[in-house]
Amino acid sequence: MERIPILKMGEFLLITIQVDMHDRLAMTLQNDVTDMIVKTHARGVMIDISMLDVVDSFIGRMLGSIASMSRILDAETVVVGMQPAVAITLVELGLSLTGVRTALNVDKGMELLRSSIERKEANGAVVRD
Amino acid sequence: MPLSATESVPIRSSEDVVRMRQWVRARAMGIGFNLVEQTKIVTAASELARNILEHGGGEGHVQLDLVTNNFRTGLRLTFEDKGPGIADIEQALKDGFTSGSGLGLGLGGSKRLVNEFEIASRPGEGTRIAITRWK
Repeated sequence: MERIPILKMGEFLLITIQVDMHDRLAMTLQNDVTDMIVKTHARGVMIDISMLDVVDSFIGRMLGSIASMSRILDAETVVVGMQPAVAITLVELGLSLTGVRTALNVDKGMELLRSSIERKEANGAVVRD
Repeated sequence: MPLSATESVPIRSSEDVVRMRQWVRARAMGIGFNLVEQTKIVTAASELARNILEHGGGEGHVQLDLVTNNFRTGLRLTFEDKGPGIADIEQALKDGFTSGSGLGLGLGGSKRLVNEFEIASRPGEGTRIAITRWK
């Protein structure tokens, strides 16, 4: 079955979306991400969308769902690499990606994940083994 | 005024939506739309094609016309379904209004992404939406 690969990098998961998303692929990805968070105890999820030349409200909704599900499983999500034309279009479409953190590229996304996890731990959140 | 032969594709599944996006992108590129213009029309098309799946009885088609007036060329896309139709078009165009599971951005949002937006719908008979983006 066609699916989007999820790479484990230390305590983070890295997902690079390189194909045009359709419903089934999006659903499979949501399931796979949540399974992987539980299985690997990942603290952060990075979704690279630099290859996507269109983000419509369906894909926006999927990114939002992944971020919400991950948060409930105590993992932070950051979406990186959005193309400028996609950002311009999203704003006009009226999609603000509420609840989804973004960063310009993978490096900045990694920094964002690290700092938000450190902050969480400093605030006395339960540290998992 | 259509410049060249009209083309049409069916919309029956989300795979069809993906294919339609690639088709619209290729035509938009073909008439010289820049990247932002391409992205806007493709995104609007994606929203409206998805609308056919979610609200238009799950089946319809998209027609593509290259259009021209005295000054410029453009792309017109017409989305047609034989679904339940829209009772209150004004309400349906408002952001946040949805009768399905979406975010309710489809109609109002795609209207903002194009230059012209026409909608005709009769309850019980279906919906036809035509969008045009000029170069």
